[in-house]
Amino acid sequence: MKYEEIIHRCFRCGYCKLTGDYVDFNCPSYRKFRFETYAPGGRMWLIRAWLNDEIQNSERFQEILFSCATCANCVENCVFTFSDDLVNIFIAAREEMVNKGVIPSVVRDYLKNIYVHGNPYKEPANERGTWADGTSIETYDGQEYLFYIGCVGSYDERGQKIARAVGNLLMKAGVSFGILGSREGCDGNEVRALGEAGLFQLLAEQNIALFKELRAKEIITLDPHAFNALRQDYPGLGGEFEVYHYTQILAPLIQSQMMPLKEYRARITYHDPCYLGRHNGVYEVPRKILSSIPGVELVEMDQNRENAFCCGGGGGNFFTDILGGGEDSPNRIRVRQALDTGASVLAVSCPQCAKMLEDAIKVEEMEHRLEVMDIAEIVTRALS
Amino acid sequence: MSDINRSLTEIVGEHYVSNQPEELYFYARDPGLMPPHKPDYVVVPKTVEEIQKIVRLANQNKIPIVPMGAGMALTGLVIPLRGGIVIDMKRMNKIIEVNEKARYVIVEGGTSHGLLKSYLDKNYPRLRHSIPDSPATATIAANVMIHGQGRLTQQYGFNSDMVAGLEVVLPSGDICKIGSCSLSPDWFSKGAPLPDLSGLFLGWFGATGIITKVALKLYPRKRMRDVEIFVTDRGNLVPDIIYELTHTEMVEDINIFTQPLPMIFKDNHHITIFMTGDTDEELEFKKKLIFGALDRFIKGKDGGFMSVGLAMKQTLLEMPQRSVSRFADVKKGGGFEYSGPILLVERYLGCTRKLVELASKYDLAYSAMARIIGRGHCMMFGFSFTFNRADPDMMDRVRKALQEVSDYALVVGGVFWKPTIEEQRMAIEKMDPNTWNLMKMIKKNLDPDGIMNPGNWEVA
Ligand SMILES: Cc1cc2nc3c(=O)[nH]c(=O)nc-3n(C[C@H](O)[C@H](O)[C@H](O)COP(=O)(O)OP(=O)(O)OC[C@H]3O[C@@H](n4cnc5c(N)ncnc54)[C@H](O)[C@@H]3O)c2cc1C
Ligand code: SF4
Ligand code: SF4
Repeated sequence: MKYEEIIHRCFRCGYCKLTGDYVDFNCPSYRKFRFETYAPGGRMWLIRAWLNDEIQNSERFQEILFSCATCANCVENCVFTFSDDLVNIFIAAREEMVNKGVIPSVVRDYLKNIYVHGNPYKEPANERGTWADGTSIETYDGQEYLFYIGCVGSYDERGQKIARAVGNLLMKAGVSFGILGSREGCDGNEVRALGEAGLFQLLAEQNIALFKELRAKEIITLDPHAFNALRQDYPGLGGEFEVYHYTQILAPLIQSQMMPLKEYRARITYHDPCYLGRHNGVYEVPRKILSSIPGVELVEMDQNRENAFCCGGGGGNFFTDILGGGEDSPNRIRVRQALDTGASVLAVSCPQCAKMLEDAIKVEEMEHRLEVMDIAEIVTRALS
Repeated sequence: MSDINRSLTEIVGEHYVSNQPEELYFYARDPGLMPPHKPDYVVVPKTVEEIQKIVRLANQNKIPIVPMGAGMALTGLVIPLRGGIVIDMKRMNKIIEVNEKARYVIVEGGTSHGLLKSYLDKNYPRLRHSIPDSPATATIAANVMIHGQGRLTQQYGFNSDMVAGLEVVLPSGDICKIGSCSLSPDWFSKGAPLPDLSGLFLGWFGATGIITKVALKLYPRKRMRDVEIFVTDRGNLVPDIIYELTHTEMVEDINIFTQPLPMIFKDNHHITIFMTGDTDEELEFKKKLIFGALDRFIKGKDGGFMSVGLAMKQTLLEMPQRSVSRFADVKKGGGFEYSGPILLVERYLGCTRKLVELASKYDLAYSAMARIIGRGHCMMFGFSFTFNRADPDMMDRVRKALQEVSDYALVVGGVFWKPTIEEQRMAIEKMDPNTWNLMKMIKKNLDPDGIMNPGNWEVA
């Protein structure tokens, strides 16, 4: 297995499952399951035991490995020099399991759907761009930016709304951009996280080839997961592009008054998506946008920025739901944290987080107290 | 499903009990060097009532119970030597009450030092507790259970001396309050003016009961902290230096480290002096007294204050010091273990020499870290060796070196801290027989069936 030479170096000290300021446990799977085995150190020790044939690949072992949300809290807080590789190690172990074909059925279904249909929803490719129907968003044809949506924004009803909100804002600001519509392919971020390295490479290479064919140089992503794949993984496969998350495009436009905002009175708390925050270090840009809106009071949850608690949707869990269920499922914990701030709006900048947290609000019966809004939706409201 | 499994499931809920190979593998070990032994079940309870029910179930069925915090004691104290039920306490991690003016906090039995620190930082910035340098996950109950030491130990003694009350689930399953809380709503004393019953539990490694609540004394937190290092290559002078430093009563904490790397550190003893103050004047005043106290050593060319760079200061001032854990990776192997006997400060030089001798004999990387307890009343001397978990030979050499440390510690009048099973046996053998008889009497009365962390404090 890749990284095998590191695996024995985990001391089991557990710094990785806490926030940097120790305010609480911050590994979402540990928070839910509460056995040490579901914490990063537990995974390290069990992977080693598995490689040494001391334990077998059981259903529980699969649950342990595939419930990792790849949120990178452990990467942030492990005190050892190998910390950067922790998530890579967990993914490498998943890869081994995928290669042997012994994985949870929900994971297999996800991977199969991507392979066969190009998206997890088994929807036809030619419906990928339908979210833009009724807008005047154009197909990409050499504009300054290519706006890349990803599967959730393309097919999921909630995701589509956010895609439209972002698209409309970009239009309003006069940004020159176009979308791929039915030509867009899955970015593969979750495929990689779930351990299907071969399929990821295939998807990435197809996307890179298409971007190159269209001479796209600058890409705006809707989804932090896609942002991550394009920014972190594609360069290694020959895909060197300028990649932005949409908030990075909006922020300067708002700050330079190119999009004058009206007053919107609301107490808002912002949830950092792991793939924008910890994986890519973008913490302040979304906050700058929110703070620029007259009337907005931005309040922070105890666990914010590097210490943000994951919504539980990362690492493929958005689709497999291995981390879901019960009052300690990460999304339910997170909305309780948001409510504790006294905010009435929980701002997000990721369609996966939006859906995870909205679902949790329903289960927690907080609909009348807390509303999930994407930053693009908040800006839209402040424009109207 | 077995009856026990069914009962445990009824008590804690199906998600919080496991007899799966993954949990049995993991909870059979700690990060140290003791051989593993599998439990039969692992449970993660949430309430005191659940603990009571688990203990009663274990009692009825004569099944061993092993409470576990973060498992960071390293000496095998959470390894279920006779199987049974490991109770992972960390789901019980609430901070129940802070009495600001009386300066105490009541926490649940699985609350970590890190969590308490963070809570106080945010909510009570004028209060602090004696935080050890163990990883921030280490639990308060376990730390006082093993008579740990922390940042305030030079001023106030062992962390267990700072306990202000306990709630314990006895081996019978009954709840027992220890200290003022046994007859008052206030948790200000673990004993006095009553008979101090905390000694029936503290130091017993869970062999007489499970701590479900601890009240811990809190102390004034000054606005500023600083650290200076006095370096000497004259190990024989260290006890005198400590005597002078403790006499000033101006010091927060004193640690002494000596290690072979980097090269300039070799053969030097680094007396790390922590100080606090609310104002620059207060801090300067304390520094003046401290520097003054060591003046004669400087004039005699026996040592001096080294300049401590900003990065090093930051590392040392961290609470807990994460750098201590990093020692585990010196050999790129994720392991270290230390024997930390408690003994007189005047044994310091002998201990460092022994450590260097053993490191050389067994070809090991070492580090010595001593912490002064009280005003020089004694010290914990950590004989630490790092090892590579993937190198069984190195692990074996560390085991052998530590065995020699155990023998040595007894010879020089030391008392084992958080002893391994073997060290417990050695301690029992050397102990005044009447003391051991009293301990046996206590154990027999509290835990007649020997279900509580069996193997500990008993003769095999
Ligand atoms: C890098 C490093 C640095 C360290 N530095 C320090 C230091 O500066 N000071 C210090 O004191 N220690 C230090 N230690 C030792 C140790 O980690 C700490 O003492 C720690 O507080 C132990 O807590 P734990 O939760 O890990 O205990 P565990 O190892 O889980 O338990 C210790 C013992 O307590 C028992 N126990 C646990 N919970 C309960 C309960 N609720 N009721 C009854 N019994 C219970 C267990 O059965 C076991 O016998 C250090 C360790 C490491 C690895
Ligand atoms: S992953 Fe790092 S922080 Fe976590 S237990 Fe292992 S060594 Fe400690
Ligand atoms: S990436 Fe997140 S979920 Fe996975 S082990 Fe690390 S902290 Fe836990």
